[in-house]
Amino acid sequence: MAGPKYPGFDTLALHAGQSPDPATGARAVPIYQTTSYVFRDAAHAASLFNMERAGHVYSRISNPTVAVLEERMAALEGGVGAIATASGQAALHLAVATLLDAGSHIVASGALYGGSHNLLGYTLKRFGIETTFVDPRNLNAWKKAINQNTRLLFGETLGNPGLDVLDIPAVSKIAHDAGLPLLVDATFTTPWLMKPFELGADLLYHSATKFLGGHGIAIGGVLVDSGRFDWEKSGKFPQLTAPYAGFHNMDFEEESGTRAFLLRARREGLRDFGACMAPMTAFQILQGIETLHLRMPRHVENTRKVVVFLKGHSAVQAVMYPELDTHPDYKLAKQLLPRGCGAVFSFDLKGGREAGRRFIEALRVFSHLANVGDAKSLVIHPATTTHYRMPDEDLKKAGIGPGTVRLSIGLEDADDLIADLDRALKAAK
Amino acid sequence: MNFQVNGRAAFAYTATHAVDPAKRSVVFVHGAGLDHSWWGLQSRYFGYHGFNVLALDLPAHGRSEGPALTGIGEMADWVRKVLDEGKIKSAALIGHSMGSLVSLEFAARYPEAAQKIALIGTAYPMKVGEAFLDAARRNDQAAYDMETIWGHAAQVPLAGNPNPGMWMYGDTLARLARLAPGVLHADLCACNGYAGGFEAAAKVRCPALFVLGRRDVMTPPKAAADLAKAISGSQTVQIGPSGHSLMAEAPDATLDALIAFLA
Repeated sequence: MAGPKYPGFDTLALHAGQSPDPATGARAVPIYQTTSYVFRDAAHAASLFNMERAGHVYSRISNPTVAVLEERMAALEGGVGAIATASGQAALHLAVATLLDAGSHIVASGALYGGSHNLLGYTLKRFGIETTFVDPRNLNAWKKAINQNTRLLFGETLGNPGLDVLDIPAVSKIAHDAGLPLLVDATFTTPWLMKPFELGADLLYHSATKFLGGHGIAIGGVLVDSGRFDWEKSGKFPQLTAPYAGFHNMDFEEESGTRAFLLRARREGLRDFGACMAPMTAFQILQGIETLHLRMPRHVENTRKVVVFLKGHSAVQAVMYPELDTHPDYKLAKQLLPRGCGAVFSFDLKGGREAGRRFIEALRVFSHLANVGDAKSLVIHPATTTHYRMPDEDLKKAGIGPGTVRLSIGLEDADDLIADLDRALKAAK
Repeated sequence: MNFQVNGRAAFAYTATHAVDPAKRSVVFVHGAGLDHSWWGLQSRYFGYHGFNVLALDLPAHGRSEGPALTGIGEMADWVRKVLDEGKIKSAALIGHSMGSLVSLEFAARYPEAAQKIALIGTAYPMKVGEAFLDAARRNDQAAYDMETIWGHAAQVPLAGNPNPGMWMYGDTLARLARLAPGVLHADLCACNGYAGGFEAAAKVRCPALFVLGRRDVMTPPKAAADLAKAISGSQTVQIGPSGHSLMAEAPDATLDALIAFLA
């Protein structure tokens, strides 16, 4: 007898989290542009505040439009739930602030987005949270960097910008053996290319600004919990397993089991730090997610064509894309990313920094800006922009040289992209 | 609340209140493979509205030590020992699915201790298909998938969760992933093998409420009809859009039915 089936990815991308609006019948997700919600009576108000009934109180904590996005992303990732935030960086901060206190320690990949590197390497230090950065390919380094104060391991599914493929099964095992969760930034892969929870990650987040939206019109983030990490068994997270005076002495794990992390993140993190997502932003990101399964294959297809072109060009020193057998993670990528390695990658120009400047300024179809994952093709020079504040030594560790150029391949005609690159490469010589 | 039953560690959620034998008590009994947190909103409500709440983790579930109990009668006896441990002479029992059978059997065995029983998502007999049992016997993921998909109304994966930002399927799967091997199978066998429903129903002396989901494919309302007839004076509330997981799918309607019943 065949067992029951889950809805497929494409169906969830279009429907999860929303049924036609019960008040109006609207098929599209309504934008609930409201700060607050009228209580039925005093008892209803008290019940909502004390978490005896489900519902919305104030849009910093939850909002019906935002909740659709949260539930849809949880469904696509296979998590228990999600929290949408003001940006991807807000999602990372929310995860860290929910789990760590002053005196805690993070072990993180050295190949991170510059903003994440700044948060961990500089800003969180001011609040007493230290980070040890490790070579993401060196599993021993992950293990050795864990100390008695470590509370989190963190990396990107595809490192920025060298596309280091995080060995999630191996790194999550190291984390779990130490009683720790693994958080991954899954922005570059999206759930269409990789399901980090199925590989062993415990928490993940996206900069929804990128491929999830895809249109480059809205800043947002989403933090998703697998619900699989046993906080009680770990014994390292009193934030979730001991009564908290800041919320009616609630023991979040006792109260809600698999939902403990999200409960505290929402009830404390959104309440106190306040980096929530606006309903209009949630609506805009949802419009993107509805076509994610159509866009991602085209992103990958175009990227493969561009990679082949660049690899054979005399002005190009090296192309870093994990589907090339010259990439150090070629085999791992085949195993973890069978649908493709995304649409953001880097290459090194011959001629260093000056060649990079001439190349970027000669491009006509590619837009020179600080973003990735747009439907339009984008380009940036990391050493002078996104990773500007990183010391040279850290830049090298992150696989960035003075002539490294990062491309984000969009959905244009691949021939036009290649012609644009060809013209700019000639100008760079 | 941590305590000992038969020399083994056991746990009941009490909504952060100490148990006061002078207050009315409500005992929540979860279904197969689940735990006390399945009752989150409802148990919290009663705990903050003047009741002692004991949302139990049956042995081998949640925070209670194993091994799993193998029969509904054994579970009913275990619940009685919990009440003794808390010095609670009598209580209202609210049971979901397997827990509803435990509550029914408790009311039959210990009529003096059962003030009221609410049977949520129930059926009698509670037969479990051979494919489901077999998958659970093998601790196969397919068993957890069946519990998850059949345990909710068909529209659940494509509809909004009343609890903002949460994915019901993901939550159920994550709970089941924490179960020790063999526990779901033991629970399903207990449901499937329970043969004393009508006999127990005839012995019930307390008020009884049936709360049923109209879209429940695991225990559809018609499968509870004969049992409801067998309990003298029982009431039935059907909740329109809900499947088997009424506490999550229709939390407010389920709570309202319980508030009216326990008032």
